[in-house]
Amino acid sequence: MDSWIELLHTAWPFLIRGAGYTVFFALIAMVLGLALGFAVALVRIARVPVLAQAAAVYVSAMRGTPLLVQIFVIYYGLPSVGIEFEPVTAGILALTLNVAAYLSESMRGAIAGVSRNQWLAGYSLGLNWWQTMRHVIAPQALRLAVPSLSNSLISLIKDTSLVSVITVTELMLATKEVIAQTFQPLPLYLAAAAIYWVLSALFERVQRAVEKKLELAHRH
Amino acid sequence: MIELKNLCKQFVQKNGQPFNAVDNVNLVVPEGEICVLLGPSGCGKTTTMKMINRLIEPTSGQVLINGEDTAGIDTVSLRRNIGYVIQQIGLFPNMTIEDNIMVVPRMLGWDRKRCRERARELMSMVALDPDRFLHRYPKEMSGGQQQRIGVIRALAADAPVLLMDEPFGAVDPINREQIQNEFLLMQRQLGKTVMLVSHDIDEAIKLGDRIAVFRQGRIVQCAGADEILAKPADEFVASFVGHDRTLKRLLLVQAGDVADAQPTLTASLDTPLQQAFGTMDDHDLRYLTVVDADGKPLGYVKRKDAKASDGVCADRLNPITITSNPDENLRVVLSKLYEHNLTWMPVLDADGRYNGEVSQDYIASFLNSGKTHGRQRAAPK
Ligand SMILES: Nc1ncnc2c1ncn2[C@@H]1O[C@H](COP(=O)(O)OP(=O)(O)OP(=O)(O)O)[C@@H](O)[C@H]1O
Ligand SMILES: [Mg+2]
Repeated sequence: MDSWIELLHTAWPFLIRGAGYTVFFALIAMVLGLALGFAVALVRIARVPVLAQAAAVYVSAMRGTPLLVQIFVIYYGLPSVGIEFEPVTAGILALTLNVAAYLSESMRGAIAGVSRNQWLAGYSLGLNWWQTMRHVIAPQALRLAVPSLSNSLISLIKDTSLVSVITVTELMLATKEVIAQTFQPLPLYLAAAAIYWVLSALFERVQRAVEKKLELAHRH
Repeated sequence: MIELKNLCKQFVQKNGQPFNAVDNVNLVVPEGEICVLLGPSGCGKTTTMKMINRLIEPTSGQVLINGEDTAGIDTVSLRRNIGYVIQQIGLFPNMTIEDNIMVVPRMLGWDRKRCRERARELMSMVALDPDRFLHRYPKEMSGGQQQRIGVIRALAADAPVLLMDEPFGAVDPINREQIQNEFLLMQRQLGKTVMLVSHDIDEAIKLGDRIAVFRQGRIVQCAGADEILAKPADEFVASFVGHDRTLKRLLLVQAGDVADAQPTLTASLDTPLQQAFGTMDDHDLRYLTVVDADGKPLGYVKRKDAKASDGVCADRLNPITITSNPDENLRVVLSKLYEHNLTWMPVLDADGRYNGEVSQDYIASFLNSGKTHGRQRAAPK
């Protein structure tokens, strides 16, 4: 047991730095993914010709293939057609594209879940499509969507571990590197797991705070 | 003024067959009037209304507002000039009452102060305390309160035309009566051109200057309430307005209208009975009201008492137990007559002076005659 504590003591700075990368990846992919996901949902809801079909194909492809494969295609595959990314950029791109597909589906479902009557009320007051979406539909949809958006975002935190395969030293790869020198997989993997868990739990707290805030705007 | 010309809407049904939801509708609502679209569920009332502000594009035909064809107006400015209360109210649950009411004014760029004042003004029009309610959310209000908010939201930017789709549907009868009264009061001040959907004949009678009865996308009769009740165009209208329609006509006439149309015949306490008999004989009356110097009723004398007697009216005075206000409708008067087992009662004016009478005979002959009795409404400016 003593040796474990000593081990973790030496490994700690590496793990924390790795965790920092993990959070960095997750946050960037989250922000970009929410924006892209919203755009994709809007394009599909508004049935913008061509774009809507393209968006549907994109969502289906992202949800229908493993994230690991997507990462490989972007980092190892695309260079063969002349598109090359730094590992960090490739990781963010893959995570963003992947999570945006899931988020867009949650948002689309939530937007469709707002009563038709609300559109009618917006239009009848002389709001246009975008104004009705922004002031009436989206705020109500957000409230409906929070639980499923949070699910995707928690998955995202965990999925960042997959970018370790493209030499990005986030938490997972940092852990592996320490293990390569110390040959102590159990305590170190457990430590990594604990850090993921803490991050997810922190995120759940954020989710609850957001939910509560939205709830306040619709008491009862 | 709203004019509908040969307005049609055809939907394609699931089985591919076309279906005329609105079938060649022609209708004119003059400025400042309330027109009620009345008809059973699915007869095309909502579709007609939605074609006026182009929530639904007409298949053919025209909608003119103040003579201008709406097809040439962009939908946003068209809709901002038409207040629309949708079926089921449609308040925004994510916004406070104030934000709900002020959606359109804010889009129009009104400043905060003007919005705030307008919101308070509108709230007091429907007897809701602004301090209590403006910062609530729709779910924190009763159905009746929400309906009031729906109406004032449509009025917020002072659009001259108001479309209301069953605005007073989801409340209990007492509340509904109250909201209707508030609305009429408001309409008298505002003089909007209103089209209102209802499937309640009593509401139509109460609110409508005109009633357009719909059946399967067509207008089968469009007329004033009294004409619809007295002369329904066909069996459908007759059964829709109810087989007690004759009694409903009593709702349309107020005691004051009846009294105003009569010569005011009275006697005073010192009028000789023979003179009183003469008045009754000349006008074919069975009794004559005796009033004081101010014209307030003191009692009445009967014709048979006056006929053979000398003396003055004071000697043969009968007490008056019950009187009517000028704004009571004949249905209320008749109910009071039966309740007190009377054949007639005097109608007093607002100052309590005798102004005329309503008798069971009068009511019977009014109902029999089928003559239409135009309602008195404040004329729009
Ligand atoms: N978008 C649509 N597609 C096909 N049919 C429609 C559509 N909208 C309405 N209809 C049909 O048109 C007819 C008229 O509908 P509308 O909503 O105008 O009825 P309504 O008179 O307002 O009835 P209610 O009193 O129940 O509100 C109905 O038979 C309805 O099923
Ligand atoms: Mg309807």
